[in-house]
Amino acid sequence: MTDATRIGRRDFVKALGGGILVLVSLPAAGLGRDAEAQGRAYPTDVNAYLHIAEDGTVTLHSGKIEMGQGVMTSLTQMAAEDLGVALTSIRIVMGDTASCPWDAGTWGSMTTRFFGPAVRAAAAQARLILTDLAATRLGVPRTALSVENGVVFVTAARSRRVTFGELARGQRITHTVDERAVLRAVREFTVMGRSPKRLDGPEKVTGAAKYTADVRLPGMLYARIVRPPAHGATLRRLDTAAAEAVAGVRVVNHDGLVAVLSPDWETSDRAVRLVRADWDVPAPAFGTESVFDHLVQAAADPRTTESAGDVEAGRQQSARTFDVTYRHPYVAHAPIEPHAALAEVKDGKATVWASTQAPFSLQPQIARGLGFRVEDVRVITPYVGGGFGGKAAGQQAVEAARLAQAAGRPVQVGWTRAEEFFYDTFDPAALVRVVSGVDASGRLTLWDYQVYGAGGRGTEVFYDVPNRRVRVYGGRSGEGAAPYHPFAVGPWRAPGANTNRFAAEQQIDAMASAAGVDPLEFRLRNTTDARMLSVLRAVGQASGWQPAVAPRRTGRGRGLACGIDAGTYVAHVAEVTVDRATGAVQVERVVCAQEMGIVVNPDGAKMQVEGCVTMGLGYALTEEVRFEGGRVLEANFDTYPLPRFSWVPRIETVLVPNDDLAPQGGGEPAIVNMGGVVANAIFDAAGVRMLRLPMTRERVLAEIGRG
Amino acid sequence: MRDSVRFRLNGRPVSLQTDGTRKLLWVLRNDLELTGTKYGCGEGLCGSCTVLVDGRAVRACQADLASVQGREVVTIEGLARGDRLHPLQQAFHEHGGLQCGYCTPGMILGAVALLQANPRPTREQIVQGMEGHLCRCGAHQRIVAAIQAVSAQRGGRDD
Repeated sequence: MTDATRIGRRDFVKALGGGILVLVSLPAAGLGRDAEAQGRAYPTDVNAYLHIAEDGTVTLHSGKIEMGQGVMTSLTQMAAEDLGVALTSIRIVMGDTASCPWDAGTWGSMTTRFFGPAVRAAAAQARLILTDLAATRLGVPRTALSVENGVVFVTAARSRRVTFGELARGQRITHTVDERAVLRAVREFTVMGRSPKRLDGPEKVTGAAKYTADVRLPGMLYARIVRPPAHGATLRRLDTAAAEAVAGVRVVNHDGLVAVLSPDWETSDRAVRLVRADWDVPAPAFGTESVFDHLVQAAADPRTTESAGDVEAGRQQSARTFDVTYRHPYVAHAPIEPHAALAEVKDGKATVWASTQAPFSLQPQIARGLGFRVEDVRVITPYVGGGFGGKAAGQQAVEAARLAQAAGRPVQVGWTRAEEFFYDTFDPAALVRVVSGVDASGRLTLWDYQVYGAGGRGTEVFYDVPNRRVRVYGGRSGEGAAPYHPFAVGPWRAPGANTNRFAAEQQIDAMASAAGVDPLEFRLRNTTDARMLSVLRAVGQASGWQPAVAPRRTGRGRGLACGIDAGTYVAHVAEVTVDRATGAVQVERVVCAQEMGIVVNPDGAKMQVEGCVTMGLGYALTEEVRFEGGRVLEANFDTYPLPRFSWVPRIETVLVPNDDLAPQGGGEPAIVNMGGVVANAIFDAAGVRMLRLPMTRERVLAEIGRG
Repeated sequence: MRDSVRFRLNGRPVSLQTDGTRKLLWVLRNDLELTGTKYGCGEGLCGSCTVLVDGRAVRACQADLASVQGREVVTIEGLARGDRLHPLQQAFHEHGGLQCGYCTPGMILGAVALLQANPRPTREQIVQGMEGHLCRCGAHQRIVAAIQAVSAQRGGRDD
């Protein structure tokens, strides 16, 4: 990332000599609801976030990491705005447990929503203190001063000025303020609300950007670990003699973690193939298709997350009812950077570089793996080559640390693509059953929703349905109903919401069709949620929506879907063609309207929408992890197709303004509608309902054949 | 087995005494510490290890070191001229044609080879030319725009 990632915060301060230390004697209000929800709060000390050096250089410390979502840029914008400095005068250090404020992890579209306010509050507080110091220096009251580009000046006499750097020079100041700093208002913004180019762009286009596997230490060894053929397999016999005979190779065994180590990756890779390991593999209990019955049978008792009216009464009031079941398979994260870690264990301390979304939760995991205290483990996060939720777990970092401890040398663990597909914490397979009803006038009367395996995100009912019930079975991991999943599952970009919107928005669409009402009109009629109405109208206008009842069955179709995620409202229109002879679906155009409160970086927000739309085409059309029991049948991109250039539609994004609301999430919302919107467009084009993800050409063709 | 392999790398001569059947990717990353060339899949399926060999795009994870004997190899580190970015590097940055950046070196070198072979590609030709490069973040639309912009700067078609 920057060279500052290499040194600790204390060293950093020492290296710079002076600097302003700020103490804030205020309650922590506003600093991090995310953190509070985790039972731990963001620090209240401004110094945890910001350091101002004598030359005026500001360093921003962030426990959040950069994995492509652009928060290196947007967090810097937020700090620059409220501190009153130019964007270019801030350096950012991210994801180093030794120098950055604690953070639960970079996920859930929470950086801008929850860490952002902490950064802005710290920056605003620092600006207040600096202004205070300048007032003393210049002999004027604070109210007579203004701040711009790191300079404090007398508003009425600009030449009477002092820079932040001068205020910090050669001294160590501890200053206490008793006043809450006021954040800059939207109309005062000069850095936020604009779209500077990504700060990580230059390093990333020149190859200078360092990812975990790019870090080198003297004497480091490259590990290839002996892996089982299936989850749940137990080792019966191990013979490593042939591997050990390879020149330069060592085999280590750290409590059952067996690895081949050598000074170059290829030698380790060659040698690990010489290890003879016999495994007992349990007979598969279920697989790709039979998992859905298992999910229902093995589910724990449901949580009722929403309940109103009476579902039986709802049935009575319905002119028509619909009882439909939807299925979602296991889906991989498949970041192009596989998991990697480099660990050095020396003098009772461990330093671990890791491709991770959660450096602070790796710390205790690694400490446990080594028998160390948490404070003796430092995790450093270089650039992360894509995460999407898949780098929230820390297996590879613990592996590297254990092997480094066993070897007495630094060890890099870099997963192969096959290991990536095997140990990924997949988006879980899930099943949704919806029973719904509509009256003769096209009003929703009933919504009885049950989801198994996906969790409840994306199930909130924003349509006006008098009789409704939502039951969530088993969370995402089964919650005690072990073994619910045959391998690890975990968060996957908007966890659960992709499954739930796929089901809910198709259900709504089916009712609109049956009622003979245009899909947009049907949604507008059945919700009074002002933010939802605003994105629905915006997407209708931007897409040039002409009212029509689906399906039209012309081979071309358009669909609509909407949802709420991470505090953001989002609606999509997709236009597709369906080849009735092959079942092939081409998505030609996607229009997305998103209302996310104050937008910190509009172009960055649009990049996230485009990323969501493109990634969403994968789970919509092709992505599915096939398996037999604990055996994962995918090993590389030849059988697990990701979206490619030729799939990508024209993507148009409309950011619906709402400056009355604090910034909401941006990394995930625009993916949640992709399954539903493509399914609804296929319905319009071909008249078939696709109830099982992914909507492969084989499945589309089969449905067309059935219709 | 030790072979003597000589080639030009980013404009400078390189001479290595090593096994010529090793893959170029690992020699670049480990022996020469040019880590801009990325491992993504190890089977030539993703394109993140793409380098230029005599101006043509090659998957370094599939190329034996011996195959570049006497040739000119360019990696992402060798594309800029001093502080001046290659037009495609500049365009990827300006158009936001990257997010996590991991596929970016291979993407840019693939685009360089594409425009060398066809300086004025249609949009369709760009899409087909880049089809073998995977990007999980979904920067595709902007990558195409960046390539079109460079092509247009050079007098190409902007359709």
